[in-house]
Parts: sequence; structure tokens; C-alpha cells
Amino acid sequence: MKIARILLFATAAFLVTAAKPVGTGYGVGDTVADFKLKNVDGKMVSLADYGTAKGVILIFDCNTCPYSKAYNERIISLDQKYKAQGFPVVAVNANDPDVSPGDSFEAMAKMAKQKNYQFPYLVDETQKVAKAFGATNTPHVFVLKREGRNFKVAYIGAIDNNAKNAEAVDKKYVEEAVDALLAGKDVPTTKTKAIGCGIKWKNV
Amino acid sequence: MMKKLFLYLLVCLPALATAQSAPIIDSKTLIERLNAKSDQIEVVNFWATWCGPCVAELPLFEKLNNEGRSGIKVTLVSMDLDLVDDPQKVYKFVALKKIKSEVLIVDEPDANSWIDDIHSEWSGSLPATLVINHKTGKRKFVANPVREGDLERLIDAVK
Repeated sequence: MKIARILLFATAAFLVTAAKPVGTGYGVGDTVADFKLKNVDGKMVSLADYGTAKGVILIFDCNTCPYSKAYNERIISLDQKYKAQGFPVVAVNANDPDVSPGDSFEAMAKMAKQKNYQFPYLVDETQKVAKAFGATNTPHVFVLKREGRNFKVAYIGAIDNNAKNAEAVDKKYVEEAVDALLAGKDVPTTKTKAIGCGIKWKNV
Repeated sequence: MMKKLFLYLLVCLPALATAQSAPIIDSKTLIERLNAKSDQIEVVNFWATWCGPCVAELPLFEKLNNEGRSGIKVTLVSMDLDLVDDPQKVYKFVALKKIKSEVLIVDEPDANSWIDDIHSEWSGSLPATLVINHKTGKRKFVANPVREGDLERLIDAVK
């Protein structure tokens, strides 16, 4: 009887983990582990390279997702607006190119060139960085605040509250978060959710 | 003007007669619907026509629906309007693929205000699947594409 109960519990635990292969990742306030990923120019980039920045707007993004396309100009604008103020954009593509061929390294490099990206567009080949952060969608933003040599999560979620129409946006979550950090204030909204494309995980 | 309308109806009516209507609803209606007491196990899939993995997994939901098992209800909730205002693409898709499961189209711009009410584990990524058994009160949520056999396992898990 006891064994049956243990088995039942184990099965239930398995079902829970099986249904949720992606870990929960970082929460707001957590210090993130540094990473080293290849940029579209072939050079390696890590958070340690941003030792003089006030923080980083880290965005899990991709070439192919219609939401990423809808937000592309807004991502470029975020970098233009905040890089000079100490919060540059760093974009990471974690999509498995076997599942999503339009997200190959070559396609990423082409996209960065076409759109004249002035920020790194990194490939997360092993998907370990996306998993460590708990990124699920594209685009999925993590605003990181630098404290000494550490980067702490200050905001997780969407860029704003209207994907289809930038002009109808009335809550610019990322801008509000970065503005608050720049002013030394608390971030008003630290976590949001939005409809988006799931990251294309490797078939295991 | 009338002539144009007449022509439009002439062309569209036969298509409309065979395809389902796919009502457009707000998030409140959707959540009320998901919380309404029912004897059936509800299999609810969140999808969009522009979402490749969603389209790829739809046949599994259609298969489950078309088996016509008593006690199982399949609903396909389209999120197309979150990105594009026009529902025509959904109507065309439903007609073209001869979708038999019930299709609902959600029109609600500020997703952050209601995603947690569907399931706390849902980040908003598509596809996503929720299986509800109102009798046992159990809910199972999957934030990834489902594969052959997954729906059976989820249904068993809420029994």
C-alpha cells in the first residue's frame, strides 16, 4: 500500500515535470549568471563586457515570429533611446534552427545587417541561457540592473501592452522600468505577460 | 451598393453554410466559459493561424474531437486578433481545414490583464493547452506543442 502510494506520487511528480520541461528561471531581484554567446559578427559577448553600463535591456528575440516582427522597430528604438543613457539592448536568439530554419546563424546575420542593428544579436545555440533566464516567448524582455560586477533582474515581460498597434500603447513597461531605474526609483511594474511565439526548443 | 452586397452574399453564403461561425469573444466571456460547471472534460487549445507549431498540432485536437467521445469537449481558442485586427484569416483557415472542433476568437488587446486568469503557469506563449475536469477540479496546463499521446495523458491526469 505504501509502495503504491510512493509510486503514485512519483508518477504525479513525473507528469508535472514532463509537462513543464522549461525551468522557471530567474525572478525579479535575482542576480544572473554571466554568459558568453556568439554575436552575428562572430565575436563573443558577455555581460562582463557591460561593466560600465548602468544595466542591459536583454531581449530574447528571433527572426521569424510575427510578434518579433511587430516589435522590431520598437526594439531598435529602445536601443537608440537608452544606449546613450547606459541601458543598451542585447538581443539573444534561442530558437533551434532545426525546428525554425529562418533562425539560422546566417539568417540572423542577414537580419542584423538588413535592419542595421546597432546592438549585439547573439545566438544561444545550446538554449542554456534562455533556460537559465526562464525565457518562454519572443520577444521576452529582461531588464537587468548592474550592481558592481553583478547584474540583477529588475523587470521581466513584454515591451508594452499592444503588439499590433504601437500607437495604441498606453503602458510602455520596459521604458517605465528603465526610466525608474535611471531615476533611482522602484520599477512600477516588475512582471508582465503577453501573447507571443513560444521559443522553438530542440526536440529531445 | 446593394448589388455589391448581393454579390458578396452570393459568393460567401455557400462557404458560410458549411463553415462554423467562430464567435469573437472578450477575455471575461472566455474565463466565465472556462469556469462554468460542466460534466465534460474540456480540452482547450490556444493557437493562431500564424503560429507554425500551433497549426502543426491542430490535427491531434481535431482527431480527439472527431472521435466524438462522450465527456470530452475540444475548444480551439484563436489569438489571431492579438496581432491582426481582421478575423477573416481565421474564418478562411477554419473553412479550408474543415475544422470541426468549436473555435473561439479572443479579442482583447491587453493580454497581461487576463493571462494569469487562464493559468498562472502560462507566460502567454503559443501554442498552449489547458485540460479542465470540472468534477474533480483538476487542471493541467502545457506551454509546449503536444505530441501524439499527450492529450490522452493529460485527460487521464485530471480524472
